[in-house]
Amino acid sequence: MSPTITTSSEANGNVSAATARAAASAAATAEATGPQPVTMAKALNTALADAMHADPSVLVFGEDVGQLGGVFRITDGLTATFGEQRCFDTPLAESGIVGMAVGMAINGMRPVIEMQFDAFAYPAFEQIVSHVAKMHNRTKGAVKLPMVIRVPYGGGIGGVEHHCDSSESYYAHTAGLKVFTPATVADGYRMLREAIDSDDPVMFMEPKKLYWSKDQVDLAELRNAHSAAASAGQSSEGRAAVARPGTDATLIAYGPSVPTALAAAEAAALEGRSLEVIDVRTLVPFDDATVSESVRKTGRAVVIAEAHGFASVSSEIVARVQERCFHHLAAPIRRVTGFDIPYPAPKLEKYYLPGVDRILDAVDDLQWEN
Amino acid sequence: MTISADHTAHPDTTGQAPAEDALSEAAKKFGITAEDYMLPARHQIEMVDPDGRLKPEGEQGTEPGHEYPLPGDEELLAAYEQLVVGRRVNDQNSALVRQGRMAVYPSSHGQEACQVAAALCLSQGDWMFPTYRDAVAVMTRGVDPVQVMTIFRGDWHGGFDPLQHKVGIQCTPLTTQLLHAVGVAHAAKLRGEDTVVLAMCGDGATSEGDFHEALNFAAVFHLPVIFFVQNNKYAISVPLAHQSVAPSLAHKAVGYGMAGERVDGNDVVALLAVLDRAVKLAREGSGPLLVEANTYRMQAHTNADDDTRYRQNSEVAEWRAKDPVNRMRTYLTDRGLLDDDGEARIREKAEAVATQLRDGLSEDVPVEPQELFRHVFEKTTPQLKEQSALLADELARDAAASQNPASQEAAK
Ligand SMILES: Cc1ncc(C[n+]2csc(CCOP(=O)(O)OP(=O)(O)O)c2C)c(N)n1
Ligand SMILES: [Mg+2]
Repeated sequence: MSPTITTSSEANGNVSAATARAAASAAATAEATGPQPVTMAKALNTALADAMHADPSVLVFGEDVGQLGGVFRITDGLTATFGEQRCFDTPLAESGIVGMAVGMAINGMRPVIEMQFDAFAYPAFEQIVSHVAKMHNRTKGAVKLPMVIRVPYGGGIGGVEHHCDSSESYYAHTAGLKVFTPATVADGYRMLREAIDSDDPVMFMEPKKLYWSKDQVDLAELRNAHSAAASAGQSSEGRAAVARPGTDATLIAYGPSVPTALAAAEAAALEGRSLEVIDVRTLVPFDDATVSESVRKTGRAVVIAEAHGFASVSSEIVARVQERCFHHLAAPIRRVTGFDIPYPAPKLEKYYLPGVDRILDAVDDLQWEN
Repeated sequence: MTISADHTAHPDTTGQAPAEDALSEAAKKFGITAEDYMLPARHQIEMVDPDGRLKPEGEQGTEPGHEYPLPGDEELLAAYEQLVVGRRVNDQNSALVRQGRMAVYPSSHGQEACQVAAALCLSQGDWMFPTYRDAVAVMTRGVDPVQVMTIFRGDWHGGFDPLQHKVGIQCTPLTTQLLHAVGVAHAAKLRGEDTVVLAMCGDGATSEGDFHEALNFAAVFHLPVIFFVQNNKYAISVPLAHQSVAPSLAHKAVGYGMAGERVDGNDVVALLAVLDRAVKLAREGSGPLLVEANTYRMQAHTNADDDTRYRQNSEVAEWRAKDPVNRMRTYLTDRGLLDDDGEARIREKAEAVATQLRDGLSEDVPVEPQELFRHVFEKTTPQLKEQSALLADELARDAAASQNPASQEAAK
């Protein structure tokens, strides 16, 4: 169950239905109580299953999401539990998957579709930009598109080319889309449920290098908390989190870069520097208030993202912080991002990805007085 | 098997009949092979010739399994009325563009038979997904003409509620709407509804990737979608020969495992016969169909286009002789279904619609700048609230300045 690309034999759909069913029923019955070590993949899978239980109009489809359960197993067991009409494989055609989802959303469904990999979502770009993002506006709100497009994204998994792109900036740049990206296991569950509940279309960017990361999580409690929050009309949308409080500088990160930022803060603490880490969580809408509040307090900031820095979400964050916090800044805001190069081959990716040292170098550069 | 509140269906009981079984079922119904069912008949289906005479049965292009009964008189009269209205709408809109009342109008002059038949073959609960050129089809479906023209008047991207009319917003990115048609049909099928969806595109658009994806999805999921291609011979300036060298566009159907048919696109009788049967077959569960209508774009692509740069006047003149409106008038008059009174009543109706368009489009509709922000999301964002406040402030200052020119001077 490692995050491989589709060349594995399992990816050919050879898993028997019986095996899939057994796995699903085992998953359904074996949910332990109390905090347990849970992977991001399991949290996402549970969120999908819970949403499908809660609402018969929630449908899951994409490439290999049926019997196989997805190349990352995020849809594992859904076909067995809910039937082939609720979770199914489509022909290989990303534009077709998104376009059909648009039609289904027009006609009363809540499709949650999977793009197999970041770079394989590009054939769907026209549908996403010209229809998913614009339908509500074009029809003056007469047509809502409550749909979620799940995109496993980012590198750090030793993947070959076309399997490691950070494509979030394309979507964040497109007016009419909401863009979520969880960094913790609990947020994986919570934010996917909220994305499915949303009446606006959501690009749900899943950091694939975090799929197998584990946190101590109580899924039953998360489920109850979601129900309570949903009935109270609360959601994470537009709400960044302070992932680690600090006083000297702010690290602003999202998705796959959050654990890296936390590791950098940990290392900085050993050197006597207190870094606050902000997990942006929803790129669109962006939580200016939480981010600005932190930077005004610390007076220094570094923005961290895997994606190329040029014309990106990270450049947008720098611009927004600069506009709002100029008089509180003791130093220019720094960025630690991927280089402006096509995503490198597996043996070179460690030079490309923002790492703890590069982040600490940037922090050192923030014009400290002593 | 439909989606119900019992959403824990066992996978073994939810499988649908494989598409190939249903196809051979359909073929069996007509006593022909599945290939013969999917391949279009050897000739296009045509019933009333350009001179308005009913063709002898042996010359209508029909074959075993591709048989088409003549539509009823009432349906034909209703279609003729819409043809006359459609022609008037096209010419009125082109005039309004020339007068500067509308930004642009892609006219379907010459293609009215296709427009009318596409709308009339559907029932109330069915859906239609039109292109930019299909305004007349949308009006024939019952949408208010002035609302339909909003997209071209330029105060918003669309003027009608797609859900109310079960008509998609007119689509410009070529063939992207075909996939929406597939999705609407798929959702309806999962709920056990017998909705049929008609999805429209042009000949040039059949080269697009979404055309392929939509046909394939519809066939694989066995959905009641009718793909209706108006082959008007040009994609702006590019003739069909540069798009495809398939024997016909209808022949593309067999490659997806669906039935295809060609029809004289200037013969509303044949169009209704073919589309009515397609709707019936789709509703009965025979899967998707592809219908290619052979017609001609009589005018330039839009008012901004100069068609003398890429086609001969003689070619246009040849097609003028095949006009869909005139031949229907002759046919109905000769059959005694239409007299001078009937004709006058229909012309009056067409005039009334033209007046409605003139009145509706000459009105300067005030635009509301704050609408820019109102519809982007169902739940708006703090950023859009800020930007909306910025614009409101700008406008308030402009208004104050224009009310008080002295202060405007002073400000300079
Ligand atoms: C994806 C896309 N590419 C290009 C265009 C520009 N365009 C608009 S209409 C048109 C020609 C389409 O021809 P056809 O499909 O034959 O339809 P017709 O206009 O003849 O009705 C083109 C190229 C577009 N609207 N969408
Ligand atoms: Mg054309």
